[in-house]
Amino acid sequence: MNIGLLGQYVMNGVMLGMMYALVAVGFSLFFGVLDVIQFSHGDVVTGGAFAGLAVYLAFSRAVESPILLVMLTLVGAAASMALLGVAIARGLVLPLRSAPALNTLLLTLMAGTVLRESIRLFFPNGSQPQRFPPLLGAGAIGLGSFTLRVDNLLLLASGGLLIGGLHLFITRSRLGLAIRAVAQDEETARTSGIPFRSVVLLTFAIGSALAAFAGVMHGLYYNEINFAMGLLLGVIGFSAAVLGGLGNVYGAILGGFLFAGLQTIGAVALPLASAYKDVFAFAVVILLMAWRPTGLIGERASERV
Amino acid sequence: MPIKSSGARWMALAALAVGTFVAPVFAKDTVKIAFIGPLTGGNSAIGIGGRNSADLAVRLRNADSKSRYHYELVVLDDECKPDAGVQVATKAGADKSIVAGVTHYCSVVAVATVDTYHKLGLPTVVWGAVLPDITYGHKFPEIHRVNGTMINQNETAANFMFQQGYRTWSVIHDTTDYGKGHNKYFSENVSKLGGRIVGTFGVTADQQDFTAELTQIKSQKPQALYFGGLTPIGVRIRQQMDKLGLEAQFQGTSGILSDDFIRGLGPLAEGSLAFREGAPVEKLPGGKFFGEKYAEQKYTGAPEAYGPFAFASAELLIEVIERTGPDRKKVIAELGKVNNQDSIVGKITFDDHGQNTVAVITKYVVQDGKWVPWEDSEYSNGKRKLRGK
Repeated sequence: MNIGLLGQYVMNGVMLGMMYALVAVGFSLFFGVLDVIQFSHGDVVTGGAFAGLAVYLAFSRAVESPILLVMLTLVGAAASMALLGVAIARGLVLPLRSAPALNTLLLTLMAGTVLRESIRLFFPNGSQPQRFPPLLGAGAIGLGSFTLRVDNLLLLASGGLLIGGLHLFITRSRLGLAIRAVAQDEETARTSGIPFRSVVLLTFAIGSALAAFAGVMHGLYYNEINFAMGLLLGVIGFSAAVLGGLGNVYGAILGGFLFAGLQTIGAVALPLASAYKDVFAFAVVILLMAWRPTGLIGERASERV
Repeated sequence: MPIKSSGARWMALAALAVGTFVAPVFAKDTVKIAFIGPLTGGNSAIGIGGRNSADLAVRLRNADSKSRYHYELVVLDDECKPDAGVQVATKAGADKSIVAGVTHYCSVVAVATVDTYHKLGLPTVVWGAVLPDITYGHKFPEIHRVNGTMINQNETAANFMFQQGYRTWSVIHDTTDYGKGHNKYFSENVSKLGGRIVGTFGVTADQQDFTAELTQIKSQKPQALYFGGLTPIGVRIRQQMDKLGLEAQFQGTSGILSDDFIRGLGPLAEGSLAFREGAPVEKLPGGKFFGEKYAEQKYTGAPEAYGPFAFASAELLIEVIERTGPDRKKVIAELGKVNNQDSIVGKITFDDHGQNTVAVITKYVVQDGKWVPWEDSEYSNGKRKLRGK
């Protein structure tokens, strides 16, 4: 294998990993503050992509500048999904605080189905793949068998910035401190005067906005979105979060990139048909989980978020 | 005018005798033929088009004073569901007054009912289903088919691509029976012609990311990429080929021949190739005749893509019954001998599995956002060029 080809595989894997990481971070955030699994998170990703597409379609005639259009698409998608995340938290998750965790899991799973089917039924021609416009241009640098696309670089950079920003927000800001406090110990946080409800809602808004970004990123990367794309993304994001250590944001990021790496290895380096790449990746995840049941960066310091 | 010669008198007498023997219209025996197709549900438009077309064949024959029998079409609904299909197949097979059947559009139904027809001894001609196993999965003499299968489709595809100068392919197919079948028959035909498949990738039918597979394909440097599967992942693969700078010609099957493929890709769809059994009505040998007669009857609904095949199936059965009389066994024996018979969809020749071997396949290319038959496209006259040509 030549170096260009290897570079291409790494680039493919890193792009995938960034998307998985952004989804996994949401799962980890929600689990961190509330000890719940929000299973409609994958469909929130889909929702973000379609909201972005809708915003684009609404403004594409009026707005000329592609940069402004990208910004509008992103902000529209993130804002609408943040609201949806808050609605899910208020309507489905918080009222079931005292019920068994299984109920929340089931309820969010169903909410995901409702969301997915609504997109299929109500988005025009929604059961078919939709073309997502290549807003970042089609510029590419060919280096032998390696094609470096400018839009991929931009997506990677902005994904990295977002994750870096999240890190700073959680570790440096007062709100981040509040989120960490709630994650650590809800009762103590409440007695110290931290508004528990608002912190939970904020966390859901942040996680869902990240999912929306992942959805738009998916659209810009593949130039194609469909109503079912969140299904596998949700499962993979969840697995990545668990693999890294549920409740730990850095674990989720690590898990996301690791899973993408496993898939790429499964498709490229194994003598199996590439249809088995998910089988391979999930099998390795099972083995890793057997080895480290609390995840790679588990709660060894019992520190969350 | 007086009759002068005795020869002429005898001839007149003979003509009279034949005339009485052939009998006036009201004295003809009635022969029943079943039509089975999806008349309700998602595929009902095609089913109703098929029914109308079979009905047209019966009406045209009944209007012909020279026919030996009066024909009646018994219409049954298989709902495109195997269980409903087996029920109506049993009904048709058990009714001894029904001599033969024009059967099924949906492959799942057609393949589920072959045993029933065999057990009950009902000769059938399939008018729309494309799965090879419907005729090739058994040795039952009752089952025949006028339309082509994915075998014929891929034979045409391989021959056509070869003529265009393509010699190496990478294959991506989904791992359903549909995708695997396409991969098998296309690869077989390519190697028969001396071409080479440089890589084959089976993928799941809901896969999203193909960059790993496509990067590998890029390093294999094929002239064309053959895709055996349906529209959704077809769109993704074509899209991601572009992202990775993969310059191979994109070639699909009947599975991507939809407007959604073009909608999903926009300008990127240009130049994509696909193949389908059958042909637009106006392209068929007897298409003009069929179209005019169909219009005369003022049916509700168009004949759709497979109407002409339903018409040809019904007409073939009537033709055979005219020769043998309304006897199922004799009809089966006679159907086995069908060779080079004219029909509106071209010549019909059944092989030893009852499959029409000279089935019509149409080649399509995307030009300016539409699937255009190859012969009508600017690609065929050299104004536009396929990739790598």
